[in-house]
Amino acid sequence: MDINDLRGLSTVLMLCSFLGLCAWAYSGARKKEFDEAASLPFADENTAAVKQSQETNND
Amino acid sequence: MSELNEQLEHPVYNYKVVRQFAIMTVVWGIVGMLVGVIIAAQLVWPDLSFQQPWFSFGRLRPLHTNAVIFAFGGSALFATSYYVVQRTTQARLISDGLAAFTFWGWQLVILLAAISLPLGYTSSKEYAELIWPIDVLITVVWVAYAIVFFGTIAKRKVSHIYVANWFFGSFIITVAVLHLINSAALPVNLFTAYSLYAGTADAMVQWWYGHNAVGFFLTAGFLGMMYYFVPKQAERPVYSYRLSIVHFWALVAVYIWAGPHHLHYTALPDWAQSLGMVMSLILLAPSWGGMINGIMTLSGAWHKLRSDPILRFLVVSLSFYGMSTFEGPMMSIKTVNSLSHYTDWTIGHVHSGALGWVAMISIGSMYHLIPVLFGKSKMYSTDLINTHFWMSTIGTVLYIASMWVNGILQGLMWRAYNQDGTLTYTFVESLVASYPGYMVRLAGGFIFFAGMLIMAYNVYMTARGTEDSVANTQTVAA
Repeated sequence: MDINDLRGLSTVLMLCSFLGLCAWAYSGARKKEFDEAASLPFADENTAAVKQSQETNND
Repeated sequence: MSELNEQLEHPVYNYKVVRQFAIMTVVWGIVGMLVGVIIAAQLVWPDLSFQQPWFSFGRLRPLHTNAVIFAFGGSALFATSYYVVQRTTQARLISDGLAAFTFWGWQLVILLAAISLPLGYTSSKEYAELIWPIDVLITVVWVAYAIVFFGTIAKRKVSHIYVANWFFGSFIITVAVLHLINSAALPVNLFTAYSLYAGTADAMVQWWYGHNAVGFFLTAGFLGMMYYFVPKQAERPVYSYRLSIVHFWALVAVYIWAGPHHLHYTALPDWAQSLGMVMSLILLAPSWGGMINGIMTLSGAWHKLRSDPILRFLVVSLSFYGMSTFEGPMMSIKTVNSLSHYTDWTIGHVHSGALGWVAMISIGSMYHLIPVLFGKSKMYSTDLINTHFWMSTIGTVLYIASMWVNGILQGLMWRAYNQDGTLTYTFVESLVASYPGYMVRLAGGFIFFAGMLIMAYNVYMTARGTEDSVANTQTVAA
């Protein structure tokens, strides 16, 4: 086994990790989790508004 | 003013540091682009240096690149990352003091750069010209930045880490590594240090840094911006969260290998050049993954583009991102590179990314951000945003089109041979042929710069209105 086997092996390893990543990301089991994550930019709007108005009322 | 700050203080988040960085984004954008306009004019009229060494092209050019990348782009990244990490983790920045330190520290770095570069102090490494004491200061500020950012993520109130934070995080970590390794040097006095690397290895380290400054500072960081502000402005979640994960890991894994394409046909070993070329070609896929994800977020809401110039800024920036990330891999092909390298085509490519992508996504994000930070429902004038949008777009198109023409012209003239093997054209002939392009570039750059002045006015009026309304409420309360 010389260094070129190692190089070939690393390519195969990278390909497998990429395919694994795709399978992980696109598996149906995680759909709900990702939908939640995707809505995070909008998630704090209500809480922030509520806290702001509480703050104002306290004044 | 302190009362004003109290009025604007958010009950949950630290908006003060975001506000400071947002204002400085506009200020440094104007300064950096003004220097750009000046050096573009110097290329048309070389006498504009007035025989002053500190005002010569060679010293102002690194001032321009440092100002637009690290002062303008850097401030935009600090502002948006601090804002996005708070809003998407629903947690306040871990330390107000440390956040303030990153603001003042970063402004000090910029100030020192603005003094040392015209005076001729340089490490001579492109995009890392600053001398070693400033490099040390950058490192300290950056560590503080990482502590604030990741500390805030650690105390987040939600379980997920939103994808924008992944991009910001990878940008912070990678820039730290790049800066430390590329700037490693042996100081001999306060102003001079010698690089730890020599010859070809030095060139390779430099362009490993240089290209990843593009990949992580100017791409990953701004994709973080994109993943928050495009969904927010379009009022719908990102097109595909799964695609964002796949293209994030593919992008960070591949970018790091693309540096050697800056060293085609040099003393760098052939295998390394070919590796850089292949990795650059592969890079097209994850880059376009991000572009498609951003643009498709608008699917079903395309009509918003008609009425919302902020969204137009964001979406057109993604189009320029797509264009320049297609152009980049093409230019990294060795045969294409033999025509394009060392010509104005490279400058055009850089500005397609820098003006079209980086500046326009930052400007769009700032127009979304500034009203929020100053407690307003929207910017002072939407019409002025629209004017700014068209000036930016026209300015960018003039800039890149003129540089394409110049670049191909220069490349073809430099490689033209007579039958007896002598060169057909002298270098000066190619320079004379470039003049019309230099004029058009100056015009395009000036239009883009003038758009920033309109932005400054609009931002000033938005912020000033706050003072008025605050004063009014106080009068009423009294």
